[in-house]
Amino acid sequence: MPETAEPDFDVIVVGAGVAGCVTAYQLARQERSVLLIERGEAPGSKNLSGGVLYSRGMQEVFPDFLAEAPVERRVTRNCVTFLNAGSSVGIDYQDTRLADPVNAVTVLRAKLDAWLADKCEEAGVVVMSGVRVDRVLTEDAPAGAATPAANGAAGKRVVGVQAGDDELRARVVVAADGVNSFLAKDAGLRHQDPPNHLAVGVKSVVSLPRETIEARFNLTGDEGAALAVVGDCTEGVGGGGFLYTNTDSLSVGIVVRLDDLTAKKKVVTDIFDHFLQHRYIAPYLEGGELAEYGCHLVAEGGMKMIGEIIMDGMVVVGDAAGLTLNTGLTVRGMDLAVASAVAAADGIGAALDKDDTSKAALAGYREKFFASYAGQDMKTYAKAPAFLEHERMYKEYGELLANVLYGAFSLDTRPRRHLLSVARRALAHSPLKTRQLISDGIAGARSL
Amino acid sequence: MKPLSVPERLAKNRFNLDEEESHIEVNQEIAKATGTGRALVACCPAHVYSEESDGTISVEYAACLECGTCLAIAAPGALTWHYPRGGFGVQFREG
Repeated sequence: MPETAEPDFDVIVVGAGVAGCVTAYQLARQERSVLLIERGEAPGSKNLSGGVLYSRGMQEVFPDFLAEAPVERRVTRNCVTFLNAGSSVGIDYQDTRLADPVNAVTVLRAKLDAWLADKCEEAGVVVMSGVRVDRVLTEDAPAGAATPAANGAAGKRVVGVQAGDDELRARVVVAADGVNSFLAKDAGLRHQDPPNHLAVGVKSVVSLPRETIEARFNLTGDEGAALAVVGDCTEGVGGGGFLYTNTDSLSVGIVVRLDDLTAKKKVVTDIFDHFLQHRYIAPYLEGGELAEYGCHLVAEGGMKMIGEIIMDGMVVVGDAAGLTLNTGLTVRGMDLAVASAVAAADGIGAALDKDDTSKAALAGYREKFFASYAGQDMKTYAKAPAFLEHERMYKEYGELLANVLYGAFSLDTRPRRHLLSVARRALAHSPLKTRQLISDGIAGARSL
Repeated sequence: MKPLSVPERLAKNRFNLDEEESHIEVNQEIAKATGTGRALVACCPAHVYSEESDGTISVEYAACLECGTCLAIAAPGALTWHYPRGGFGVQFREG
């Protein structure tokens, strides 16, 4: 394939987050020449996530990950709570099996991603920080190449990136530039996402002594807790709250759907304040000092968000490819980033070996990703986002559960009824209809 | 934990302010006509946007946490938003 200029690198990866770093690292281990460009002053400085990393995939890439990487706590306690104004009903699941082997860890990305970028440098990646990539460089695809319409930008092939006045060329560009992926949009691979597929996460990192955290969350040593909350925490706006334990801080935040936030004319910071001050959340934070305040856009469309992820000369990985998954119980992004990065590095390696980096030659990335556990999970939970959009999830269910339990626990000197009868009565007084309960039950069982 | 205002929260963060260049620009006419202006004020976790008494939207770009929520909800043409120049803007230490 004729090139107008000799490439500077085999691969240029844009964005030193989880997806970008793992892609770059895997390619360097294949002895490819790799440039990793990061717009932050240092890798990690622009990166933020809620904080739970399901770490098995990462451990396959870095066998000593848990011992070496700056992880915070090993999650052995998962709580899912329906929060109402004056009541709270939840599942509290603690299990020693989650600690051995470790399944999930809490992380702080400014620390984790700096470590990942160091691993990349050790493996031979050239890491360039403080540089913003402004656009992709494209050339017309050679005549007779695969149908132009099938490529992102009609008939274009990506040949490098432009940062300020500098042009850098590579055989393959990897867009790992996060959920806003200006590169994928610039190349025509992604379009404006509908607001019901997007949510905004707002988070505070609150410092507390580690002993206080361990006592407050019933943890021993480096065990950690992950609390997921729905209901009154978001004032009825679709979304939820979270509270994760780090070594000596808590990550506490909300995630709210943009379409619902706008439709209900709520102010996002009011919802966040309401959550922090909620009578069942505030005690966890008591005595804490704010260490940092941040926010992040979240792609919540699941499978629907994944558009084209390959074109001539470019692939898209991680958040930039729309890879996040909310199953109701687990909220995942970073493990999908790892899986997409591993698949992309394999696909790119195969294409470089053939000396052909056309869309067709890079197709191994997509195949490998959808064959991986992460790709399979994206398909399995394809209906979850639509199910979780149901209004009832955020208000009526929590109240119904609390009313049933109130009927059971409140011994008010009246004769007791069987639990089933209490539940029936609570349902009759709830705006929920039996029919909705059944249809939601079936839909939930099918989609989650 | 005592409630903090958004500016008090932002004061805990580290920023490298780009004195020369704002990365955000609002088209006042389109923002007003489409209702984007008020939506920007409501959706921004950093309170970058505020509505003045004459209805125009002012922009405090130095406070931006670079999430992109504003761009996601803005009507076409109402907002120009890109990342700050390399090395500038918020620098997370926790993340």
